[in-house]
Amino acid sequence: MNNNNTIQLTYREALKQSIRQALQKDERVFLMGEDVGRYGGAFAVSKGLLQEFGPERIMDTPLSESGFVGAGIGAAIAGMRPVVEVMTVNFGLLAMDQIVNNAATLYHMSGGQVNVPLVLRMSSGIGRQLAAQHSHSWEPLFAHIPGLKIVSVGTHEDARQVLLAALEESDPVIIFEYTSMLNLESEISTNPETVDLVHAKIRKEGKDISIITYGAAVYKSLEAALDLAAKGIDAEVVDIRMLRPLDETTIFTSVSKTHHALLVEDAWRSISISSEISALIMEKSFYELDSPVQRLGGVEVPIPYPKHLEDACVPQKEDIVKKVIKMLHHD
Amino acid sequence: METVLPQETHATVDRTHGLYLLQQMLLIRRFEEKSAEAYSKGKIRGFLHLYVGEEAVAVGVMQALTREEYVLSTYREHGHAIARGIDPKKIMAEMYGKQEGCSRGRGGSMHLFDVTANFFGGNAIVAGHLPLSLGMALASKKQKKGNITCCFFGEGAAAEGEFHEVMNLAALWQVPLLLVCENNLYAMGTAIRFTHSMQELERKGSAYGVESAAVNGMDVLAVEQAAHKAVEKVRTTGKPFFLVCNTYRFRAHSMFDAELYRDKSEVEQWKREDPIPRLQQLLLSEGLISGDDVSQIENKVEELVQQSVDFAEEGTWEPVDQLTKFVYSELKTK
Repeated sequence: MNNNNTIQLTYREALKQSIRQALQKDERVFLMGEDVGRYGGAFAVSKGLLQEFGPERIMDTPLSESGFVGAGIGAAIAGMRPVVEVMTVNFGLLAMDQIVNNAATLYHMSGGQVNVPLVLRMSSGIGRQLAAQHSHSWEPLFAHIPGLKIVSVGTHEDARQVLLAALEESDPVIIFEYTSMLNLESEISTNPETVDLVHAKIRKEGKDISIITYGAAVYKSLEAALDLAAKGIDAEVVDIRMLRPLDETTIFTSVSKTHHALLVEDAWRSISISSEISALIMEKSFYELDSPVQRLGGVEVPIPYPKHLEDACVPQKEDIVKKVIKMLHHD
Repeated sequence: METVLPQETHATVDRTHGLYLLQQMLLIRRFEEKSAEAYSKGKIRGFLHLYVGEEAVAVGVMQALTREEYVLSTYREHGHAIARGIDPKKIMAEMYGKQEGCSRGRGGSMHLFDVTANFFGGNAIVAGHLPLSLGMALASKKQKKGNITCCFFGEGAAAEGEFHEVMNLAALWQVPLLLVCENNLYAMGTAIRFTHSMQELERKGSAYGVESAAVNGMDVLAVEQAAHKAVEKVRTTGKPFFLVCNTYRFRAHSMFDAELYRDKSEVEQWKREDPIPRLQQLLLSEGLISGDDVSQIENKVEELVQQSVDFAEEGTWEPVDQLTKFVYSELKTK
């Protein structure tokens, strides 16, 4: 990365800059969703864009998730490049039929005639004491569907770049953003490297163990890696980033180097992204392992309201540190 | 009795066009009869939903649309696909599952697509394509393209939330969308009186500020006339229009349906309204066509249907090693 020129910005600002750039770059791009315009975005991500681009390109929608997500699919088919925001993933199920039965299938069931270059952005995750209906981590649910491309935005660099890459695709892309990270500040290059929607990203190189993760768990894993370094353990942190299709090569290369794999995610532990990666490592990299693959995932419970219970629902930095030590020292 | 009784038409027609309409409806009828035959021989599998009895709707509405308009339909879409001008050979091959089919065999009976005809399915989740049609109309508006989108669906779809979302959004956004409801009185096996609290469906338009009309869907000339008016409205105002075509399905919902939910006498009564003899009688009685013309059409249609079957029979199976094609695009579209 070019470190000569960096900029300090929030995850929210990085997201906004990407939307703004996309709108400037391509006349066919428009943003549509609940409260994206006059309100400025439920989380102020699109604040000011209505004033800059006007109501044709920043379209407020009624609370009709199926209707406007489907309209995004239709507009994409007919030559536009819609960016549809579903305020949070928690409301995403109201549009699930459109996503699964239309966006993901039209290209296939038309025998390759109908492309759906739709980009769907959904704010996601736990961490703001919003209780059981507003704290979902449903990446695995969506990543289950062939025909969709699923991206998880775990860093500021990706918040700045992923949307632009998604708009280059001919297929539907769902971008998971993380509500709990919106105010988080970080430094990124003013000339960030472009992102492709193919490769996982090694966020920190290491030789002792691969911490394979995505989303809101990426920074937690990086912090854990720092603590581990102080204890003499050199952990590699792999940000899977593309949850479908998976970049198996980067994962296997990392495991072949470190011979230990810990999978970390906020989503409920069973039938998750980690389940899939664990199985893949078992099938294809088993003999590279010096210890069994381990997982840290969400506790299988509807997310409760109180802070201490909410925190206990997902792996925290300390849990990752503890788990790695246990895996490597067998104590 | 909630059924809307067919009204007499006042539309007129000339010989050439009358013959064309008759041939189109007859082609759909014979094509589907042949499809049912192929189904019983095991040549066509899966679901097969026949349009028999409803031909006047697809044929009538399609007359008002240019090649530039976008058309979307349901899983009962053989009629729309044929009326849209998709080669019946490719449709039959699709139903056989052959790669020469209009969707390369991937879709089957319920998913007929032909982008060159601006025909976008063949959509089999009831009402699921209404939002797509809304988005396509929105795109046309943004692009100032000048075409309209026409979306066919049944009265069953009008009970889905998406119908109501789309009516609201289409009016709110003022997009050029023609919503055509084919009210055949049964959502699968449940009669409209058990599915809609208010059965004059066209009245639902006013709740959303969408202009609406109802027409006798057993009368192709009436449908054509109503469709022309509706399309004209959409084109001149840029706003949506809701057209209800009251019609009737003569055959079972699908090939698995024992039809326990309606009396044979009801079906027989509706068959007296059959749109094909109705038009034929009109053309004959007005002296526009002769018995010879009818025979010629019958022969022509027979030939087209047989060609379709031959084409499908001769079609080839897609190699299994291509199974995972068309999940993701190989090329980026610009």
